[in-house]
Amino acid sequence: MTAPLVELRNVSIAFGGIKAVDHVTVDLHPGEVVGLLGHNGAGKSTLIKCLSGAYQADAGEIFIDGEKVEIKNPRDARALNIETIYQTLALADNLDAASNLFLGRELITPMGFVDDAAMEAETRKIMGRLNPNFRKFKEPVKALSGGQRQSVAIARAVYFNARILIMDEPTAALGPQETQMVAELIQELKAQGLGIFLIEHDIHNVMKLCDRASVMKNGQLVGTVDVKDVTDEDILGMIILGKMPDRAR
Amino acid sequence: MTDTAPPQEKSGKRGLLVTLEIDSRLLGMIGAFVLLCLAFNFATDGRFLTPRNIFNLSIQTVSVAIMATGMVFVIVMRHIDLSVGALLAFCSATMGVMQVWVLPQTLGLGIGHPLIAPITIVVGLIAGTLVGAANGWLIGYQRIPAFIVTLGGLLIWRNFGWYESSGQTLGPLDSTILNFGGIDGTLGETLSWVVGVLAAASAVWALWRARANKVHHGFPVKPMWAEVALAGLTIASVMGFVWLLNSYQMPVARMKRMFEARGEVMPEGFTAGYGLPISVLLLIVVVVAMTVVARRTRFGRYIFAAGGNPDAAELSGINTRMLTVKVFALMGFLCALSAVVAQARQTYHTNDIGTLDELRVIAAAVIGGTALAGGIGTIYGAILGAIIMQSLQSGMAMVGVDAPFQNIVVGLVLVLAVWIDIQYRKRLGEKI
Ligand SMILES: Nc1ncnc2c1ncn2[C@@H]1O[C@H](COP(=O)(O)OP(=O)(O)OP(=O)(O)O)[C@@H](O)[C@H]1O
Ligand SMILES: [Mg+2]
Repeated sequence: MTAPLVELRNVSIAFGGIKAVDHVTVDLHPGEVVGLLGHNGAGKSTLIKCLSGAYQADAGEIFIDGEKVEIKNPRDARALNIETIYQTLALADNLDAASNLFLGRELITPMGFVDDAAMEAETRKIMGRLNPNFRKFKEPVKALSGGQRQSVAIARAVYFNARILIMDEPTAALGPQETQMVAELIQELKAQGLGIFLIEHDIHNVMKLCDRASVMKNGQLVGTVDVKDVTDEDILGMIILGKMPDRAR
Repeated sequence: MTDTAPPQEKSGKRGLLVTLEIDSRLLGMIGAFVLLCLAFNFATDGRFLTPRNIFNLSIQTVSVAIMATGMVFVIVMRHIDLSVGALLAFCSATMGVMQVWVLPQTLGLGIGHPLIAPITIVVGLIAGTLVGAANGWLIGYQRIPAFIVTLGGLLIWRNFGWYESSGQTLGPLDSTILNFGGIDGTLGETLSWVVGVLAAASAVWALWRARANKVHHGFPVKPMWAEVALAGLTIASVMGFVWLLNSYQMPVARMKRMFEARGEVMPEGFTAGYGLPISVLLLIVVVVAMTVVARRTRFGRYIFAAGGNPDAAELSGINTRMLTVKVFALMGFLCALSAVVAQARQTYHTNDIGTLDELRVIAAAVIGGTALAGGIGTIYGAILGAIIMQSLQSGMAMVGVDAPFQNIVVGLVLVLAVWIDIQYRKRLGEKI
């Protein structure tokens, strides 16, 4: 097998005395969706934040295309084409959708000024694909609904030609129709060869969208399984009891 | 928009404002200001709205207004700067020492040397910027709250200035620097008209460019009549202001002296208006530059993003610590600029220059709609805030209100302005 697109090897991080992530190893291949599962507080968000540059791991290594990389801050991650949809969405509430989508990567006029009109035009294009009902382009995003805010965060992650996409509960605030569109989007991006880490609580969605699932419990990795080898109950057992199903052993 | 225009309603009496795309909050402030002026004018039997008084009001506002533009950025980033008055005094002392002692005497350039003013100003600007950057470093990188760092600065810098100048009054100042003071540095009528025409032309050009850009991207634009009305209003205000300043006539004795200084005799019946003060021109340049920075540069965008959600800004790859350093350095730079104007206006440096300016500057920004919670504020709002404060103070002095009562009123207005702002935002359904 070729080197994985991403490998997090033996990553650990602690907050004070709490080991939020404890020697976890997960990997991801191009065109693959890996589900990250676990109870609340299992350490899923903390793990992916080490990859997105929000946190720096206390121990462990990160490999991209088989090469060891240092990700010291979110800029490093973006430079490696890693895009993230955070659970908290990480939007500046006082700015409009376009300013948020391009935050840190503004389009610039030849004179060196931010080109709001061009950014709004691009935002209209991508939102037209992701959430055709979206109309609030002029309002600050605090005036948007939870789902509308989530679509802005999703648009920001997929706009910039990511190779590695991290989605931390991307559909938590979405209605059924919008959730369906995100599911289609994930399949489309997967077909384009992106690798996607998907944090998701809905087992049904995991079974439908993911190729493999890595389950965490209390900061530790329970194990990683091929989704087609296991049942919903097997995965639930891994999450709740923290034990690998017999068949996958 | 970065400056968070309130959500607009499409119906009712707000319809016209929506068409004109005028911020109704701005309109409310202008309305309050106009009422204030009319009231004072009535109470002073028409002495308040004379060219002379408007001229004086303008030059009195400049120093605080320049600093208020920087304070908008500081407050938008959820910080505060209590040291601006002290920093102004420090910069003024530094520049006073440079132009009165160091350059003419120690370095032997001699009094009146043309290089004294530029060197002095550059040294002052560097000093202010460095102190500001040091504040920003303590706040951004060492995580000391801005309130504490600048409270310390309030005690430190004025007294640093005291040591520099040995507590002495420094003067007479360099004649070029005195030009920034107001009455002794005006453009005269012709040049004022030229500046007015240029300013109006560039404003109209900017409006036209904005429209063209929208059309280019296929966005809806205002109807043409609204565009023309807005342009007309802009031209009328600019030209009206120039006309007012031009109609403030120089006293005959002063003009006689000017002619004599040139070895000429003043012709009979000669009159001349003061025109635009250089300090006001400086303020206008600062306001335009800071507005462009706020709305059209990445730097400005990041300031508002970091104020709206510091974590989101950081996760978007913005170096918010460095941003803090830059914002406070800019604040320091503007304090130094204000120091030039302030010392030129009183024609010498004293150690108590700019005392309590930190409160006036913060009040101007806050009355102008800058939210202490961060993320919201406009440059033009802060300028209006500064003008309203100054008008209140001068107006009450002209009416003959007792000094303690003047302060009581200014304090009440500050609280009232913020209360009205909160009510206004609530009405628009914003969460605070
Ligand atoms: N910044 C922080 N400071 C201190 N403790 C933290 C911090 N972030 C997370 N933790 C702790 O680390 C553990 C893992 O949290 P994490 O957010 O990664 O959980 P999660 O698996 O994403 O849960 P959820 O499904 O609720 O999102 C928790 O015990 C949490 O309290
Ligand atoms: Mg989480």
